[in-house]
Amino acid sequence: MSAPRRLFQALLAICTVGLLAGCERPPIDTVQTGYRGTAMEQIYNPRTLAAQASLNAAPAVIPAASDEGPKAREVYQNVQVLGDLSVGAFTRHMLSITQWVSPQEGCAYCHNVANFADDSKYTKIVARKMIVMTQTVNANWKTHVAESGVTCYTCHRGNPVPAEVWYKPADRKNPQSLMGDMAGQNIAAKSVAYSSLPNDPFSPYLLDALPIRVNGLEAMAQSGAQANRASTKQTEHTWGLMMHMSKSMGVNCTYCHNTRNMQSWEQLPRTSAWHGIRMTRELNNEHLVPLTSTFPAQRLGPMGDVAKVNCATCHQGAYKPLYGAAMAKDHPELLTLGPKVASLGTSLPETTRSALQSGAGSSDKAGEQASGVDQLTATMTATMTATPPAILANRELARNQAVKVGDTLLAADASQGKVMLEKPLPAIAANLAGGDPAARQAEVKVK
Amino acid sequence: MAEYQNLFTTVQPVGPLHDGIALPRGDWRRSGKPFLFHLLGRIGNAQIGPIYLGGLGVASLVLGTLAFNIIGFNMLASVNWNPLQLVRQLFWLALEPPAPSYGLSIPPLAQGGWWLFAGFLLTSSMLLWWARTYRRARQLGLGTHVAWAFAAAIWLYLVCGFFRPIMMGSWAEAVPFGIFPHLDWTAAISLRYGNLLYNPFHALSVVFLYGSVLLFAMHGATILAVSRFGGEREIEQIVDRGTASERAALFWRWTMGFNATMESIHRWAWWFAVLCPLVGGIGILLTGTVVDNWYLWSVKHHVVPSYPSILPIPLDPALIGGAKP
Repeated sequence: MSAPRRLFQALLAICTVGLLAGCERPPIDTVQTGYRGTAMEQIYNPRTLAAQASLNAAPAVIPAASDEGPKAREVYQNVQVLGDLSVGAFTRHMLSITQWVSPQEGCAYCHNVANFADDSKYTKIVARKMIVMTQTVNANWKTHVAESGVTCYTCHRGNPVPAEVWYKPADRKNPQSLMGDMAGQNIAAKSVAYSSLPNDPFSPYLLDALPIRVNGLEAMAQSGAQANRASTKQTEHTWGLMMHMSKSMGVNCTYCHNTRNMQSWEQLPRTSAWHGIRMTRELNNEHLVPLTSTFPAQRLGPMGDVAKVNCATCHQGAYKPLYGAAMAKDHPELLTLGPKVASLGTSLPETTRSALQSGAGSSDKAGEQASGVDQLTATMTATMTATPPAILANRELARNQAVKVGDTLLAADASQGKVMLEKPLPAIAANLAGGDPAARQAEVKVK
Repeated sequence: MAEYQNLFTTVQPVGPLHDGIALPRGDWRRSGKPFLFHLLGRIGNAQIGPIYLGGLGVASLVLGTLAFNIIGFNMLASVNWNPLQLVRQLFWLALEPPAPSYGLSIPPLAQGGWWLFAGFLLTSSMLLWWARTYRRARQLGLGTHVAWAFAAAIWLYLVCGFFRPIMMGSWAEAVPFGIFPHLDWTAAISLRYGNLLYNPFHALSVVFLYGSVLLFAMHGATILAVSRFGGEREIEQIVDRGTASERAALFWRWTMGFNATMESIHRWAWWFAVLCPLVGGIGILLTGTVVDNWYLWSVKHHVVPSYPSILPIPLDPALIGGAKP
């Protein structure tokens, strides 16, 4: 074999290896999640999952203490949140939180060991607010965390600062420069799974409440007020957020979306994710941003903002944090909001919302928390869908659902004359969001 | 001993170097002294040059180089003038069109102005190059088929970067200059407008794209297969069918009942190639301007199959408790 030919073959081999270096080796597991032949499936690398498994194991539970005996607030000073626990349960909680958050640093991470009641360490103030935050999640956000709930460990995993938090990204070196505007994208960024998509999808969606949806409900472009003005660039921002979610949970797009029609709700996890986005937004705005001045400067981000949560903070690569381990049930002190919460300046549970949730599965009306159902002006819609042969049954289902929502509204304090039930819309208009052309829709309106 | 083979061959017939035919009056002179380049001779003609630059060519190259540099230096500036990062992140970097808030106005240079400027230069460069292909063909006494095929590609480019943004009233709708970012744009426009795969013009465009590949493979294979009978002399065979042409025709007639001719196969290929960007451009031009959601459009026109769903589809949670999408 001649020297040039050998050199050529060596080069070819190196190039081949180089090209394949970025690939994950087979076998890869595929799990079908939708109708056959539609590529609705999840793809898992069993080796990645094996490596993740130990990282997502729930820690050992400290045995429950007796509820008998004096309350914590009667024995200790300055117990603002967990004062109603027995001394035993309170101590158990303190031991647990040390194990979850500061196993290396111990009690002294938050407490002045000379005087445990002292509030001089910022970490103690933060920890107190975080306990309230955890209670809020478990009490008010069952739509997302369900019965498994969360504990401090869900995010902290033994780290004083959770491994996955986000800050607003720093400006580039010369933000006023005439050249090189990046428009918040076009650089390999971890936040969007190393794509070139807009790399701060958190500020607009998990802090502000800018519209995430870009798809319209009409086939044809409309004009004036009816027009869907979402831009292609806006779509890239939404997509950036979705890349973050996909990476945070280790799932494909098809976990939450039937990708032939992204706006369909047929993939069940999408509803949970919808609530998760709103939960994350509330946690950032009501629990984390207010702590900005509490943190020392070195704990703040490059733009002086506090560490905030996103999907990865809890999920850390798993479709459910800790693979859905029901950890919270062993810590009843974290399941409900304590009586002292209001004085801490944290939001109260939305009574009307939970009332609606019990009736219609889910709801969201943040921003109107204080107002009763009577002041609701938005149209409430209940949609039920099924396959074509079941159109009649469908109509019945939609009607029942509408009646149910109406009843729930009445039970939640709306006056009789204000709830109207409307007739089903024609098939096409009824189900533009859902994806099934044969769906029927019934409407409940609140005047 | 070198041996002629018609898939990979080491035989390289080389004639005397020549400048080509005399140019008509008013044309520039050709630049460069022709020379032989053996390696290129393995995949084409070993004679390199002379090249005809001409006024159109020079103007096109100048504007194109300007655009290339504006894009490149903006990329370099976006990684703080670090050449190593430019190489490392090259596929991620881009020159981005202005934000939607600027509409069709002229934005500041730093916020999309460079994009508009580079786009203008690149477009001018391409149009001048088109004029060059047209004029060179005419001056050689050729038909202008190459120019019109090129025009089909320019049409798609202009639809994406010029016509559609103007119809949408926003430069932000245009394509960024960058490798991954322009691919992100294609996927984003599909996501925004309800899945471009349901756009029938997109489907047609794909038909012509894959069809072009199929035709190219069929034609290339046929001619190689009959080159042992002199089949690669296609032009002669068009007017004077030899055994190569006869055998090629028989092969296809026997295998699929129909054969293109030595001449018509090139019409097939040209139209398939030209129609690919032509219909694709129509599809993009309708997207957002006429049709807002191609999936729903397809539902409306009964082309979306309905699959049985096992579980009831949940309600849109935003519609249940007051709107907060």
